[in-house]
Amino acid sequence: MIKLNKLHKSYVTGHNSLHVLKGISLEINEGELVSIMGASGSGKSTLLNVLGILDGYDSGEYHLNSMLIRDINETKAAYLRNRMIGFVFQSFNLISFKNSLENVALPLYYQGVSRRKRNMLAMEYLDKVGLKDWWSHLPSELSGGQKQRIAIARALISNPKIILADEPTGALDSVTSLEVMDMLRTINQNGITVIIVTHEHDIAARTQRSIILKDGIIENIVYHNHKYQKAVS
Amino acid sequence: MFDLDKWQEILGTMSKNRLRTFLTGFSVAWGIFMLIILLGAGKGLQNGIDNQFREDAVNTIWFGAGTTSKPYKGMQPGRRINFKNDDYDFLRNSVEGIDKISARYYLWQNRVVSYKKEYGVFDLIACHPDFSYIENVTLMEGRFINKIDIKKRRKVVTMGIRAKEALFKNGQEPLGEYVKINGVPFQIVGIFSDRTERDENRFYLPVSTAQMITNGGTNIHNLTITSNLNAEESEQLEKDLRTKMAERHRFDAEDKNAMWMWNTIKEYKKFSNMFLGIQIFVSVIGIFTIIAGVVGVSNIMIIVVNERTKEIGIRKAIGATPKSVVGMIIFESIIITGLAGYIGLLLGIGLLELLSGIIPKNDFFVNPEVNFTVAVLSTLILIVAGTFAGLMPALKASRIKPVVALRDE
Repeated sequence: MIKLNKLHKSYVTGHNSLHVLKGISLEINEGELVSIMGASGSGKSTLLNVLGILDGYDSGEYHLNSMLIRDINETKAAYLRNRMIGFVFQSFNLISFKNSLENVALPLYYQGVSRRKRNMLAMEYLDKVGLKDWWSHLPSELSGGQKQRIAIARALISNPKIILADEPTGALDSVTSLEVMDMLRTINQNGITVIIVTHEHDIAARTQRSIILKDGIIENIVYHNHKYQKAVS
Repeated sequence: MFDLDKWQEILGTMSKNRLRTFLTGFSVAWGIFMLIILLGAGKGLQNGIDNQFREDAVNTIWFGAGTTSKPYKGMQPGRRINFKNDDYDFLRNSVEGIDKISARYYLWQNRVVSYKKEYGVFDLIACHPDFSYIENVTLMEGRFINKIDIKKRRKVVTMGIRAKEALFKNGQEPLGEYVKINGVPFQIVGIFSDRTERDENRFYLPVSTAQMITNGGTNIHNLTITSNLNAEESEQLEKDLRTKMAERHRFDAEDKNAMWMWNTIKEYKKFSNMFLGIQIFVSVIGIFTIIAGVVGVSNIMIIVVNERTKEIGIRKAIGATPKSVVGMIIFESIIITGLAGYIGLLLGIGLLELLSGIIPKNDFFVNPEVNFTVAVLSTLILIVAGTFAGLMPALKASRIKPVVALRDE
């Protein structure tokens, strides 16, 4: 599903160039549940942005679903993000003036799905995350856990191949964190590849393997062999 | 190209960000509103000036006898000059360029006019028939005084509509009735109206009759002529008149006190120049108002886009193309400026209509109105400008990298 080959990326600010990713080679298969770990500044968020086609890279290769992603224009990138990838962010990133239903339905708007159909689907996904009764609430009227569940519903509605979650539990308490984590695992069990960036070990422990980054290179890959383990096909 | 869903999305965003929508719209509406008011006020002044000059014939020269202030051919200054009927006949028959001419004989005293038990003090103007053209009177009934009246010294009057209202309160027909002026009965031969209301209190009577009843001999007090000449020719005629009258009455042609003159074409030119000034002033302010509106809309659009950076980032992350981001912002700005511009236009025109109803009738500010083409054009300019003003920040927004926009602060 995802294949990285000697990926490099630098950020240029003024005269300084910050080399963030220093040759990442990695393969993630379809249906995997993977966590990316590392201290802050290790490049884990940058890696996630590259994977999500939110940002480009300097050299190397990135294949997504056997397609080489390199120097593609914004329109194409938007199309791929819309169809292939679902995002879950630490700060939820819901649109504040839209209610739950509209937030969940928004990716379908950019697919050109009719209003009636996308609202119907959005209601279905809200039901899946257990927030059907909250469809008319604005994000400001919801708790952190509820907001993240809305964000997950939004990520799922376009039926993506991959869910990219950037510190999805970073703003939540431990109980809610586990609920959200369970939800992501359920999604994974339905066959969707899930990649989670986190610095929390108990979250990482609930994934199949952890890719540990340090100073822009993969330092280690840890396989978690626990009861949630699902055979990697 | 019409995509209902796209419009619903934009209208939804607008209605959920009411304050932002309102502020943007308000600045546009206010700009158009002020522009309309300004243009309307300018037009009102112009109408007022035009009206002032349509009251009387534009190309008129008034002149009258005075007292000499310079010695002339051995005669001392301080000599009174008197115009006579001869002067009228002379000018009428032997000066080129005169179209209409009338003498006036002043009736200073005994201006009381009575009809049965009603009476009042009115303006009595003793003149020649041509005076109806000079004063631009409109006859409503009967006739103006005529040549035969002058020749036969008939005791007849043409009466203003206001004088009629004052004296004929019971709805009687005044034509053919007699009013008494200074105890002498005069027959009413006509009723007139005038653009200037106060002139409707007048009675016009034959100059010869007035001379007779006040033992005025053949004296006249002033003369009025109109011509169909342009400004330069009119000034030449003014000089000719002065030279000829100076010759007849033996005074220095340079002596302004011996004969006063007043040429309305000079006044008209003065007012035309003033009006041109007003027009330029209004246009300049109008242009600056539009520029101010454009700058205001641009500023607001820049602020709006900045405020929406995060939202745009989210939209882009979940699949909004750069084109759809530009479209969203541009269409929003078109809808707001278009709608607000239209509201401003309606309010401005509404207020002008209201004002022209409320402002008491006066001579200087008449019927403020706005040229429809100009109004619509300036609204369109503002809408187009608003669109372009939105385009710059919209393009900037479309280039925002979602990563940058989503970065937590």
